[in-house]
Amino acid sequence: MLRRGFGAMLALGVGILGCGLPGAGGAQAQGRDLTIVSWGGAYQDAQREVFFRPWQQQSQARLLEETWDGGVGVLRAKIQSGANNWDLVQVESEELLLGCEEGLFEKMDFAAIGGRDHYIPEAVSECGVGNILYSFVLAYDRARMPEGPKNWAEFFDTAKFPGKRGLRRGPKVTLEIALLADGVAPSEVYRLLGTNAGVDRAFRKLDQLKKDIIWWERGSQPPQLLASGEVAMTNAYNGRISAANQNDGRNFGIAWAGNVFTLDSWVIMKGSPNRQAALDFLKFVGQPDRQAGLPPRIPYGVTAKGANAGLPPAVLANLPTAPENIEGALQLNDQFWLDNLDKLNQRFNNWVSR
Amino acid sequence: MAAGVATPLKARLAAAALVAPLLLFLLGVFVLPIGAFLFRAVQESDVAPVLPRTVAALSAWDGAAPPGEAAFAALVEDLREARARDQQSGGGEVARASARLNADLPGFRSLLPMTARRVAAPFEGEARAAVLAISEEWGAIAPWAAIRRAGGPVSDFNLLAVLDLKRDATGGLGTAPPDEAIFRAILWRTLWMGVLATAICLAIGYPLAWLIATAPPRAVPWLMAGVLLPFWTSLIVRTAAWMVLLQREGVVNAALGALRLVEEPLPLLFNRGAVLLAMVHILLPFMVLPIYASLKSLDWRLPRAAVSLGASPARAFRRVTLPLSLPGVGAGCLLVFIQALGFYVTPALLGGANDQMLPYFVAFYASRTVNWGMAAALSCLILAAVAVILAVYGRLVGFSRMRPA
Repeated sequence: MLRRGFGAMLALGVGILGCGLPGAGGAQAQGRDLTIVSWGGAYQDAQREVFFRPWQQQSQARLLEETWDGGVGVLRAKIQSGANNWDLVQVESEELLLGCEEGLFEKMDFAAIGGRDHYIPEAVSECGVGNILYSFVLAYDRARMPEGPKNWAEFFDTAKFPGKRGLRRGPKVTLEIALLADGVAPSEVYRLLGTNAGVDRAFRKLDQLKKDIIWWERGSQPPQLLASGEVAMTNAYNGRISAANQNDGRNFGIAWAGNVFTLDSWVIMKGSPNRQAALDFLKFVGQPDRQAGLPPRIPYGVTAKGANAGLPPAVLANLPTAPENIEGALQLNDQFWLDNLDKLNQRFNNWVSR
Repeated sequence: MAAGVATPLKARLAAAALVAPLLLFLLGVFVLPIGAFLFRAVQESDVAPVLPRTVAALSAWDGAAPPGEAAFAALVEDLREARARDQQSGGGEVARASARLNADLPGFRSLLPMTARRVAAPFEGEARAAVLAISEEWGAIAPWAAIRRAGGPVSDFNLLAVLDLKRDATGGLGTAPPDEAIFRAILWRTLWMGVLATAICLAIGYPLAWLIATAPPRAVPWLMAGVLLPFWTSLIVRTAAWMVLLQREGVVNAALGALRLVEEPLPLLFNRGAVLLAMVHILLPFMVLPIYASLKSLDWRLPRAAVSLGASPARAFRRVTLPLSLPGVGAGCLLVFIQALGFYVTPALLGGANDQMLPYFVAFYASRTVNWGMAAALSCLILAAVAVILAVYGRLVGFSRMRPA
């Protein structure tokens, strides 16, 4: 999800150490409790309250929690060591794609968790079931700009809205935004980016804004840049913007038009002895009224059809899954980026440092 | 000690024994790990273990036309085995091989796993037809050439890439397309920023060192503390402090605004000026201290003699003092310049996108894209640049002169 990097290496190291201990896995694998791995922090606290504890009470089963920082290498190391002690893991969409391809996960048995139609279509995939949905959005500070921009086209309009712009350093999401701002329909974005002409068009659009862009790299930066007035508006994770409003007393606005969203999913690790318990858990946390407990605590969209009906309107308005917000949104295409990231990184680095 | 003097051989052995621990230590914690890391620049270990038969089948291929049935059959067999191993152990071999090949030819990241998945089921007839039915792309020369280039055990792929060069299917050298070429420009920028930082440090550092060297003894500790105090503060702390000072609503802009000197806050952060400012601030002690040492040990009677013989103070400085302090200047410039080439945190935090230097890209490849081959190759480039500069310096000035006279 949003916190990556050093922690991932640490987790990998710990993972390898843990696996290396003789007898750590095999002997315990039979009788161990369902082990659920998520992103930690405030997010996992919310999950514990809404999902983990109620499931334990209801099923009278024990549940172990762990935390990780992502990275398919960690999952590979777990499976490869033959002493995997994780059952249910929350993964980002890229890990879902890679791990499923490499056979690190069990196939998702949708019949056992309510059926495919129980979830929004974006959440259904071969090896995982989506559990939260979050977006890259256009954010600005209402305190400085009461009449903010409405869409990415206005993001590029420095005559109407003077000031610097924040974008994530790298081609991913940035090129999509450029094409959306240039009037490309969301459904056409990846088809165009697959062609050289489309990539040229995206960079030409970015050229217009280049001297005004301040590049950020970590999800914590955009709210800081907005708060300090360093940028007038920025691309940002929707959760970070809502959190700044909730916890730091900010008055940041979000323009949802053309937001780029992606999902995290639950996967069951290959060969898990607790597969049945994991499916039970997924079925339990897939209930719409159960899922509706999460967004009031942390502003991520949830994936069961009908879950939004149980939400107060004020909460729903801040979610990427609100009907008016997901309208015209673009789902991040991981397959496209797996194939093209090397080449477009190179091209982006060339462009950005010219 | 009846003999009084040990034999030369014995003495040398004893000396060797005394330095041996240090040598072993250096070898173990410095030379070997760095060497092993730099070796990754040329090492190719991701593709050959996954596609051994394919690599063998391509060894005799001329690269002029797509290869024949043998290569296709080898590919099918290799992919079946590798996929089976992956499914068994979760080793991710096909993924690693396709990641390496994708760096050479975009599209491999999905082409290879997809092909592996689809050939896993048995089929009738020619392998060539079956593979082409999975993807037309296998009918071109490019994917096969990429496999051969990555077949190992070593290749110049990364080293060429950091010079914006690339090999074509037949092995000839060509330059990268202009919108993907980047590293030569970054190398020049890195060297240029090093030169600028060194020049500014020299311009500020020499007068400062002069001031300290000629100050009354009571003032010297205070002046020295002024130079050394920032030296004892962590580099990241100092860089972050500049961020606080320079940001749009930071101390500097607030002061300028309060004095009504500027209407709009100045864009002081995220540009080259900010990077150079912080680099000079951080590197200045490395310039001041050697120059101070060489001025301190200078025989001040000499410039005085020059003046007494009729030279103007300026001429005495130019002809006597400056040449005598040159070893300190040389040492200071070398220290500052070589360190400037390795600056990463400061440009990353204070610079804009076009102020990043080579070390940024080492970090980019090492931690962001996990392409250690490229990170190692870029490290080799920096190392080579430093070696060339040292060689030029040694040639022009000579290292023996670096010691204060």
